[in-house]
Amino acid sequence: MNNNAYRFVRPDIAALLSSEDLFSRADCEPTRASYARTILEIGEQDPRVVVLDADVSKSIGTNKFAEKFPDRSFNFGIAEQNMFAAAAGMATTGLIPFASTYAVFASMRALDMVRNSIHYPRLNVKIAASHSGITPGPDGVTHQGQEDLSIMRSIANSTVIAPADPTTAALAVRAAAEFEGPVYLSFTRDPVPVIFDVSYPFAIGKAVTVREGKDATIIANRDLVIQSLIAAENLAAQQVDVRVVDCHTLKPLDDEMVLRAAEETGAIVTAENNVYFGGLGSAVAEVLVENRPTPMKRIGVRDTFAESGPYLDLIDQYGLTARHIITAVQEVLKRK
Amino acid sequence: MTQPQVPMSVEDLKQMAATIRCDIIEMVCTAGAGHPGGSLSATDIVTALYFRLMRIDPSNPRWADRDRFILSKGHACPVWYAALAERGFFDKSHLGTLRRLGSILQGHPDMNKVPGIDMTTGSLGHGLSVGVGMALAGKLQKKDYHVWVVIGDGESQEGSIWEAAMSATKWKLDNLTAILDRNNLQNDFFVDELMPIEPLPDKWRAFGWNTVEIDGHNMEEIVPALEGAKAFKGAPTILIASTVKGKGVSYMENVCEWHGKAPCREEADRALDEIRRCSREQ
Ligand SMILES: Cc1ncc(C[n+]2csc(CCOP(=O)(O)OP(=O)(O)O)c2C)c(N)n1
Repeated sequence: MNNNAYRFVRPDIAALLSSEDLFSRADCEPTRASYARTILEIGEQDPRVVVLDADVSKSIGTNKFAEKFPDRSFNFGIAEQNMFAAAAGMATTGLIPFASTYAVFASMRALDMVRNSIHYPRLNVKIAASHSGITPGPDGVTHQGQEDLSIMRSIANSTVIAPADPTTAALAVRAAAEFEGPVYLSFTRDPVPVIFDVSYPFAIGKAVTVREGKDATIIANRDLVIQSLIAAENLAAQQVDVRVVDCHTLKPLDDEMVLRAAEETGAIVTAENNVYFGGLGSAVAEVLVENRPTPMKRIGVRDTFAESGPYLDLIDQYGLTARHIITAVQEVLKRK
Repeated sequence: MTQPQVPMSVEDLKQMAATIRCDIIEMVCTAGAGHPGGSLSATDIVTALYFRLMRIDPSNPRWADRDRFILSKGHACPVWYAALAERGFFDKSHLGTLRRLGSILQGHPDMNKVPGIDMTTGSLGHGLSVGVGMALAGKLQKKDYHVWVVIGDGESQEGSIWEAAMSATKWKLDNLTAILDRNNLQNDFFVDELMPIEPLPDKWRAFGWNTVEIDGHNMEEIVPALEGAKAFKGAPTILIASTVKGKGVSYMENVCEWHGKAPCREEADRALDEIRRCSREQ
């Protein structure tokens, strides 16, 4: 394995990608936990930060913020619409509310509030959405936020971030806190491995090439970055040299990265644990089709609801694992 | 599939409730995840409905004239699945597949997968509105079925519950009964600490509902209250049922953590022992 191909990854990435216990190692963590830890640190430094919950603070981990800063923590109960509109009200006074719930409820239950009272007036509310994609496996469809990225991308004034691992999730939360305006942060319910080290240059809107390659590019976000890296390693064994881009910011999309990948590698696969329309695949396709038509394939949840099941079984069943990405790369290469 | 003799006597209902409690523990333990607390608090109510009150036919689950039941607090579906299986809607062997890939028994109930599930639920605060729709349709089509909806007290924090409440009064939906499983706990904490919603009886009365308070674990009270709700004319009825989250399993009772946690095998065995012992003593 060519370790030189990698950028900003932990030093033992080679061992990690081939390890049997990739998803059960001691340092695996759901990115929601990284959010909960980081917001605690930010709260310490910035008294304007307040955390709003809707009766899932224990599931997300923001109950720790509530314990430490009871005055700056507000649990609205099972009342997401009230919570998001109240967050807008707080933001008008200069507070920086982080309103936390599951992705389905953040992006759909309260969507009218999120659109009309947060994004339209461009208020400085941070929407911290856990259980994105089909990551809350066993709970089933009502709790699987498989559309959140597509929905949030369609709203004007939105910034949409879906970090890949605990390290970049923490960086994303910090960047969101510093950013002026609404930010949607999309986290996983299930544990994912730590991929990156602290050298990772996180900037909103700047995708990061985390593995160099010249034959094709996989552009991925959230929990499919790790699957893409596994796919790239397997393809390397077949003498296919694949670039992997962690496109943590879905919006604004890093158009320049997309066009560079098209020019330098000539074939693109997108990978997202989200419905395969309206999200990352669509965003990349839109850039390519208007500027530089390039052979492309999209990995994502097809036009279907999923079901209950363990996370890893479920993403495999619904076509989101490394083996599906490998097949997609092989197909797209034929069209080069 | 064997079908039990219905309608059951109060004594038989008590035994059936114990059986369903055991099914819940077994299911959630086998699945390794799920929501035992809110399933156990609703068990006596659901048992009385399925084995005494409701006009249903397990061999014809989509019968147009059947009574409808909606578990609006869908996370408590183990109680619904157990009741349907015991009533003969599907084979009990399915209970061991809860939350598994390919199972009909999803983590939250899916009306297209399970015979007898009248509505898909899981996102809180929808079920009472759905019940309003079913009740309006019943009136329009001159059908005499009754619609029963179980809601949670935490769930009652959703504004949509109160939108449903208003509309049911406007249209005088006396073919609709809500049963509020008032177990005083939600996901994070106790309801009155997190977001107080009492006084619930006053609120429902103010919204124009025929409001009756009952002990949600006393079959002698539950059965006549449900019969009274069905007979009441001119307004929808709500039974505000005082319950205990985790009822029947001492270490789960009133303990927040058992909202969404599965017992390990040893804990499950202790729970089963307790439930069986208690039902023998009755
Ligand atoms: C709209 C919505 N928000 C949040 C949740 C997550 N959730 C599942 S159960 C639950 C607590 C429910 O409390 P309650 O209604 O009192 O039910 P019970 O205590 O009887 O189980 C929450 C917040 C959900 N399912 N739906």
